[in-house]
Amino acid sequence: MSIILNNVSYTYGEGTAYEMQALKNVTLKIDDGEFIGIIGHTGSGKSTLIQHLNGLMKAVSGEIYFNGRDISEEDFDRKELRTRVGLVFQYPEHQLFETTIFNDVCFGPINQGFDKNEAGLRAFEALRMAGVPEKLYYQPPFDLSGGQKRRVAIAGVLAMKPEVLILDEPTAGLDPKGRDEILDLIAGMHRAKGMTIILVSHSMEDVAKYVQRIIVMDDGQVFLDGAPREVFKYYEQLEKIGLKAPEVTYLMHDLKNRGMAVDWDATTVEEAKQSILKLFQ
Amino acid sequence: MLRDITLGQYYPADSPVHKLDPRVKLFGALVYIVSLFVFRGIFGFLLATIFLLFLIKICQVPFRFMVKGLKPIVILMVFTAVFNLFLTPGKQVLFHYGILTITMEGVKNAAFMLVRLTYLIVGTSVMTLTTTPNQLTDGLEKALKPLSKVGVPVHAVSMMMSIALRFIPILIEETDIIMKAQMARGADFEEGSLIVRAKNMIPLLVPLFISAFRRADDLAMAMEARCYEGGEGRSKMRPLSYRRMDYGAYLLLFSYLGGIIALRVFL
Repeated sequence: MSIILNNVSYTYGEGTAYEMQALKNVTLKIDDGEFIGIIGHTGSGKSTLIQHLNGLMKAVSGEIYFNGRDISEEDFDRKELRTRVGLVFQYPEHQLFETTIFNDVCFGPINQGFDKNEAGLRAFEALRMAGVPEKLYYQPPFDLSGGQKRRVAIAGVLAMKPEVLILDEPTAGLDPKGRDEILDLIAGMHRAKGMTIILVSHSMEDVAKYVQRIIVMDDGQVFLDGAPREVFKYYEQLEKIGLKAPEVTYLMHDLKNRGMAVDWDATTVEEAKQSILKLFQ
Repeated sequence: MLRDITLGQYYPADSPVHKLDPRVKLFGALVYIVSLFVFRGIFGFLLATIFLLFLIKICQVPFRFMVKGLKPIVILMVFTAVFNLFLTPGKQVLFHYGILTITMEGVKNAAFMLVRLTYLIVGTSVMTLTTTPNQLTDGLEKALKPLSKVGVPVHAVSMMMSIALRFIPILIEETDIIMKAQMARGADFEEGSLIVRAKNMIPLLVPLFISAFRRADDLAMAMEARCYEGGEGRSKMRPLSYRRMDYGAYLLLFSYLGGIIALRVFL
């Protein structure tokens, strides 16, 4: 079970004055059960890339394989692919439309062809997983707070029981508390269900704390690909493409340069804390 | 898929037509449309063609962008041509079968009507492709200014127009995103009967309307926060004023119109 991209390129507005190459020969392999962060500044091709993974966008050149099958093949069921690779868009609360939260979450499973009962069961399960309080299930989705709406929207994708979940900036526009809650929710799903999760973000802090692998995009190309520790070693190069390593990386480098034997490639505050405490023991 | 709308889409280039005052272009489009319905006979047609080709040549917009605007009116053109072809009475009958009669006059009418419609769209496309929507409304506001003396809310109307135009690309993009978001949840916008497809639009239209209202609300708030109070005493950042080349363009335009009228009267 894996997604493989081979030399994928995509160009917006081909043949017009506004032609722009958004992806340039991207080659990637995404394995089952991975927790991946995709980082890059605005316009680096992150969003274009993830829309290729579930077949919403069609590569201009190159191939994408899902579980060994080329998704651009004539008889490949792209509608089914979209339910197996769930994609939560940026500001997903903007897609809510039903009269009640419950009905909105049922939309996905019903489109998959499940009957009312099965769809309802899936919706309940998804809403519980997304941490939406039960008393809200039959309320209209439009009166909720931003964070709650986003949970409902994520539940709407989860209800289809995707094997791979892609989230495009799931924390954009949320306050720090809402942000932590959503990220903990996502990390919990990875732990409990072993889902493959791809998290798109431009916050290094968010990504460093949770993911196992980071893919850095720049100008439509994969700039770096590796474990957080490996990627943040190149913090000087990251700065050149408009990104930053987590603050704690800078702190640890500073401490090390001043002669403290700390673990300088710590990527989270917790790791850094342990490393500094060890020094004083 | 939704990005293929050219009518009213600006094509950036550095040509003399782009630099003209928008009022000249507005008036020019009007004159050109009038001239299309004034000309008669082959010489008038030639003059209109030469004028249009000249414009296309100097405005530096690829030709296929102008022709793109023709796609949506193909059906209208076919209808017009067919009606003109079969329903024009005339002396010289070329073809007769049952109730279908084609006369020489009918062929002529149909051909000229096709030419007129094509030139009309291409000619106005020259204007919209070389002028940003904001310039256009600016030009319109200034040109219609005298009407405000008799109580027409010229500024308000032009402000509404520019806001509406400004929001078209935003809403198109938004539609695209919502459509994709719902497709990611298994929605299907292409299959099924007409009624099924109309019903399938609900997941697209409800969020779109909500977001349009939200945007309108935000914009109104932002304008009020910056003390917008309507057109009274409001000055322009780039006031429109005619330059030499604009007068030149007017001269060219009037000689063209004169030529068309002369050809009709004297030939």
